[in-house]
Parts: sequence; C-alpha cells; structure tokens
Amino acid sequence: MSQEFFAKLTQSLVDGDPDATFEYTKGALAAGIEPMEIIKKGLIPGMNIVGDKFSSGEYFLPDLIIAADGMQKAMVLLEPELLKRNQAVESAGTVILGTVKGDIHEIGKSLVGTMLSANGFKVHDLGVDVAIETFIQKATEIKPDIIGLSALLTTTMVNQREVIKALANAGLRNKIKVMVGGAPVTRSWAEEIGADGYAEDAMGAVQIARQLVSK
Amino acid sequence: MPNKIRSVHDPRISLNILSKEDIEKIHTATLDIIESVGVRFPSHKALDILEANHAVVDREKMIAKIPGEVIEEALSKAPPNYTLAALEPALDLPLDGTYSHLGTDGCGVEILDAFTGERRRTTKQDVSDVARVADYLDEIAFHWVPISAQDCPPYSRSLHELEAIWKVSKKHLQTESIINENEMQTAIEMAVAIAGGKDALRQRPILSVMQCTTSPLSHDGGSLEAGLVAAEAGLPIGYMTMASCATTGPVTLAGNLVVGNAEVISALALMEMAYPGCPVYYAAAQTAADLRTGAYTGGGPEDFLFGAATNRLADFYNVPLSMGAFATGAKEPGWQSAVENSLSAFMAVSTLSDMLLGAGLLHGSRILSYEMLMLDAEIWSILCATFEGIIVDEENLALDVIRSVGPGGNFLAQKHTKKHMNERWLPRYMDRRPYNVWEQKKDGAREWALQDAQRILREYHPQALDEKLIAELDRIIKAHEDKFKP
Ligand code: B12
Repeated sequence: MSQEFFAKLTQSLVDGDPDATFEYTKGALAAGIEPMEIIKKGLIPGMNIVGDKFSSGEYFLPDLIIAADGMQKAMVLLEPELLKRNQAVESAGTVILGTVKGDIHEIGKSLVGTMLSANGFKVHDLGVDVAIETFIQKATEIKPDIIGLSALLTTTMVNQREVIKALANAGLRNKIKVMVGGAPVTRSWAEEIGADGYAEDAMGAVQIARQLVSK
Repeated sequence: MPNKIRSVHDPRISLNILSKEDIEKIHTATLDIIESVGVRFPSHKALDILEANHAVVDREKMIAKIPGEVIEEALSKAPPNYTLAALEPALDLPLDGTYSHLGTDGCGVEILDAFTGERRRTTKQDVSDVARVADYLDEIAFHWVPISAQDCPPYSRSLHELEAIWKVSKKHLQTESIINENEMQTAIEMAVAIAGGKDALRQRPILSVMQCTTSPLSHDGGSLEAGLVAAEAGLPIGYMTMASCATTGPVTLAGNLVVGNAEVISALALMEMAYPGCPVYYAAAQTAADLRTGAYTGGGPEDFLFGAATNRLADFYNVPLSMGAFATGAKEPGWQSAVENSLSAFMAVSTLSDMLLGAGLLHGSRILSYEMLMLDAEIWSILCATFEGIIVDEENLALDVIRSVGPGGNFLAQKHTKKHMNERWLPRYMDRRPYNVWEQKKDGAREWALQDAQRILREYHPQALDEKLIAELDRIIKAHEDKFKP
C-alpha cells in the first residue's frame, strides 16, 4: 500500500499535477505513512526524475516549476507533521534572495530562487527593489548561509557593493557568503566588489551556492 | 556631417497579419482586462490622474481599473502624425505612416573594442564613438543611447549619455534610460538649451523618450512619472511592452498581445489624460522566453509575428509605432544574427513600423559590436531597396530598349542602362568576388565591416554643438550632480 502511494506521488510530480500531489500526500498521511517516508520515497524521487528530464532537455522550465509547486503543496501538509515528530528535512542551506534597490527586474531572480528551492535550499525571496536595510534586517534575523543579489541595470549594480559594505558594517560579512548575478554583472565585477560567488544563470547559481556552503 | 537619411519610404510591399475582426477581438479583450483586472500604476501622481478620470483605484495595491470608454476617449486625443526633429532639419524624421526609420539599439553594457577586440565595460567615450559611427551611416536615422556611460555617476549617467551623443551628431535622439522625474527634468533643460527655448523644443522635439512597461499588467512608478514630465514638455513619449510568452505573458501569441496591449494603451491613455494631444507612440518588443532557460530570446518566429502584429494594433489606435527589431540574441555576428535581424526587420517594415530599434547590439541587447552595427546597416539598405518594389510604367517597362537590343546581345551599352544603373543595389559586404580571389585571404563581411568602422572612428570627427552650448550642457549636468549627489 505505501509503495502504491509512493509511485503515485512520484508520478504526479513527473506528470506535473500539483493537485494530485496534494491529494496523494493527504491520502498517504491518512493511511498512516510517516511524513519523512513520503518525502524520501515519494516526492524526492519524483523531483529527481523531473530534474534529470530538465537537464537532458526533455522537460522545459514550466515542467520544472509546476513540479516544484506540487512539492510545495505537499510540504504544506507535511511540515506540521514533521514538526510534531521533531523532525526536519535537511536543507542544503539557507539563502536570502532579492533584486537590489532601484531595480525591478524579477524573472531572473525568481528563476534562481526556484532552482535553489528545487535543489534543497531554503529560500527567502525578498522580491524586487529591495532596500539595503531590508537585506541586513532579514540577514540579522535568520542568519542565512548565503545572500543572493540580483541586478540588471548598470545603475543599480552599485547597490550590490553597498549591500556587501552594509553587511560588513553590521558585523555579518564573515558569517554570510554573498553571490551576485544579473545581465550586466560579470565575474570581474563580482571580484571587484568582493562578492564570494557569481553565476551567469540559474543552474550556475545552484552550483555556486553548493560550493559556498561547503566552504 | 550627413545631410540625408536612408529610411524606407512608401513601401510597395505589405503584409496581412491580422484581420479587422482579429484586431477588434484583441482590442475588446484588452479593454476587458484593463477594466476588470486592472493595471498596476505604482505612482500616486498617476493614480490621482486616473482617479480623476473615473478609474476605480485601489491605493494599497496601486491598481487602477479603467473603464473602456475612458481609455478610448483618451487615446482619441493622441496626434496620429508628428515629426521627430533633428538639429539639422534635413535629418528630421516624419512619423506619418509612410516611413520606417532605423535607430541604434539601446543600453548595452559591454562593447567589443574596435581596435583590440577586447570585450569590456562601456564608458562615456564609447557612447560618443558609437554615436559618431551611427551619425556617419545614412541608414541610421536616429540614436538610441546605444550603451551605458558606466564611468559616470549613476544619478547623472543618462545625462552624460545624452551630452556625448548631442556633441557629435545632429540626428534625432531618443532616450530609454531615464526612469525618474529629476533626471528627466534636467534632460529637458539640456534639450531646451539646444533647441533655443521651451516653445522651440515643443515645436521641434529634438529629444524623444521611451519607457518600459513591467509585464504582466504593471508599470514602473519612476518610468510613469518621468514620462509625465516628458509629455508636459511636449517630447514624444512611448511605452514599450516586453511581455514574453510563458514568463511574463501567456504562452499563446494572442494572449501575449492582449497583456502587452493593456500595458501600452493604459500608459498612453494616462499621458493623454494628463496632457491632451501630447505626442505619444506605441512601442513593443515582445518575444517568447526560451523554454529551457527563461532567457529573453531576442529573435525567433514569435518575435517576427509580434513585430508585424503590434503594428496593426498601433494603426488601430492611430499612433506611431516603435518596434524592437534587430537586437539579435547571437553572441557574435554570423548566421544567427543575419537570420534574426533580417527577418525581424522585414516583418516590421512590411507593416510599416515608424521606428525600428536597434542596430548594433549582440546577446539580447547587451554587447555592442561595431561589426554588427555596420552589417545591420547593410541589412537595412537591402530592405530599403526591396521595399521600393517594382515600378511598372513606360520608362521602367523599357520597351524601346528591348526593341533596340532585340533577341541575343546585351543591355550593357544602352543609355537606358547607364541612366538607371544607380538604382540597382550594390553591396558593401556581400561577397561577390570570384572563388579564387576569396581563397587568397578567406576574408569577408566581418573583416570589411570592422575595417570600415575603424576607418570611420579614426577619420570622422563631427562636431554638432558649439563651445558655448557644450559649456552650458556641462553646467546643467554639474548643477544636477551637485543637487542630487547622494
Ligand atoms: C525583460 C526585461 C525588462 C522587463 C522586466 C520584467 C520583469 N517582470 O522582470 C521590464 C520591461 C520591466 C524592464 C524594465 C527596464 N529595463 Co530591462 N530588460 C529586460 C531584458 C530584455 C530581459 C531580462 C530578463 O528577464 N531575462 C530573462 C532572465 C531569465 O535572465 P536574467 O534576468 O539575466 O537572469 C539570469 C541570470 O542573469 C542569472 N541571475 C540573475 N539574477 C541573479 C542573481 C544571482 C545571485 C545569481 C547567482 C544569478 C542571477 O540567472 C538568471 C536565470 O538564468 C533585459 C535584456 C537582457 N537580455 O537581459 C533588459 C535590460 C536588463 N533592461 C534594461 C533597461 C535599460 C531597462 C529600463 C531602464 C528601461 C526603461 N526605460 O524603462 C527599465 C528599468 C526598470 C527598473 N527600475 O528596473 C537594460 C539595462 C541596461 C543597462 N545599461 O543598465 C537591459 C540590459 C536591456 C538593454 N540593453 O537596454 N526590463
């Protein structure tokens, strides 16, 4: 019976049917299956298949995002159950993400967020046009492993540097890694402003994030 | 300095893309969305104007639901024709529905150095250099600020960019990088100084403005407020949608047009509510996001269709259109850039886009290449010749000449041939040499284009403004910097 649920959960993610994922998760819990089992044997295998199909070019971005949505819907049911049992899904790391002040470009930043989430990171997306102080406040509050700063305008790139400075002033710089990206951002700019990592696209962002947390 | 511009005029080829019923369906759907879902206007100034014009405004979400009749009534005030003025009247650009004018692309962040080939961040000097080459080319009718002056302070950068271009070129200038009121005010002050007064500027707007909408169904507050300042001064102002299938718009083309259309016409209507009769234009650069990366593609069949379709929409609203064409996604000039830039420009011209952007940039409007600029100009010259079409009259039927040559023989020695031969198109960069000549160096378009650009950069140093005016512009920028330095 558990096997059947696991197979259906996996399939619902592969098929991109978040409502089904939600219903099967509900069913599995009602049938008394442990939440951690549901995640490890039903959901994660599904996400892995979707990830592989995406990497091989068979699946497109919407496939990936719809699967991530299914996963999220399931977690809404699973998280309280895990909490009751004093369990937690191990996360790859915590990331605060946002597009810097003065800049409202959203798509790239959100894609980076989705890819990080899909790869096990806990992401706090602060949105666009995010004030320097907001980054610092949030960082002080949740002590993330990484802050990811997106900037798509040459006039707002400078705010990536300002956030890094403000982190230093708040005494947080050596505890938190900073990665930067966005259309006009280059590796040399990242080095110039003392960022710890740079990536040109969302997959690259995941790789950099993994490297940064393992340091 | 140049005294003529090569634009497409009275094209004899046209394209049928959307039927009258299709356009009406898109229009009705658009009004429905604007009225029932609303559009986000994150500016209280804008919301005040909309509210005074019977929009239902949610101040917290900053969303305005605007009745369809109000939109239609406001749009009916927009002038259908006007002229983009140049510092030299011979270079004026009429937007009267009979021309397509080509401009440079805008706001690149890197440049491939013409002499070292190095890819590096762009400076004010680069802005001036690119403007000199664009000024030299008859095919380039107006300037967009092609790249960013990244060595200038962010709060006055766009002013330095304008100055750099005005100093070297008398062609019309359009800015797309001013997204706040105070920089726009200073830009107008500069334009007033050059035009010789506020009224003179209003009569002959030597500067026009392009702003972006924020898909889906939103605007940027700064862009709206900057646009209002421009409209008040009588500068032509357009709003450009970049709604992209699957990311910021529906994946289907018609749906994407509706989203983009709602953004553009809601912004143009706002301008007309605030300053009835102000010159506005429709602008669009819609695309299909790449399904694997989400990237803005800048080229592809969807772009070509959007290019033609938005033209029909702009015609329907009776305002000029500025269309994002060219602007290849390719990393270097080559097969991809040639396909994308030729087809996108062809589609946009065949529906008579009044303004076309943008020659010279690679990698989705990010990297300026002088080679690309020269090659794009050649594509444009092919289009100009193509759209002249075939004139069928006595002189062109050439019966007398056909009779006198008769069967066999050739037409090379005919007076008629000599008289008309300059009408035939000649390439600058197409390789029509014998194979063995090519084989010696295996060179071609890219090398020649670069050599030409290098020559222009070395030899062509136009001066468009006198010392007094330059000093005045410097003073205005300096005052702006003193006031707004953070
Ligand atoms: C779409 C777009 C817009 C849309 C954004 C819609 C939205 N909801 O986000 C709109 C129309 C609103 C817009 C507005 C403007 N834009 Co714009 N825009 C673009 C465009 C065409 C594509 C951006 C995009 O979404 N790409 C798709 C995503 C998937 O890619 P991405 O953003 O690059 O993100 C990827 C990587 O960069 C990286 N990444 C991104 N963030 C991060 C963060 C981290 C930590 C890491 C590791 C990696 C990473 O991973 C992402 C995923 O692969 C670019 C040109 C281009 N080719 O990039 C111009 C561009 C960025 N815009 C530009 C300009 C000038 C503007 C405006 C000023 C125009 C105007 N006059 O209104 C305004 C500015 C508004 C503002 N205050 O921010 C210029 C900037 C030039 C410059 N010199 O600064 C560009 C380069 C175009 C150009 N050449 O003119 N724009």
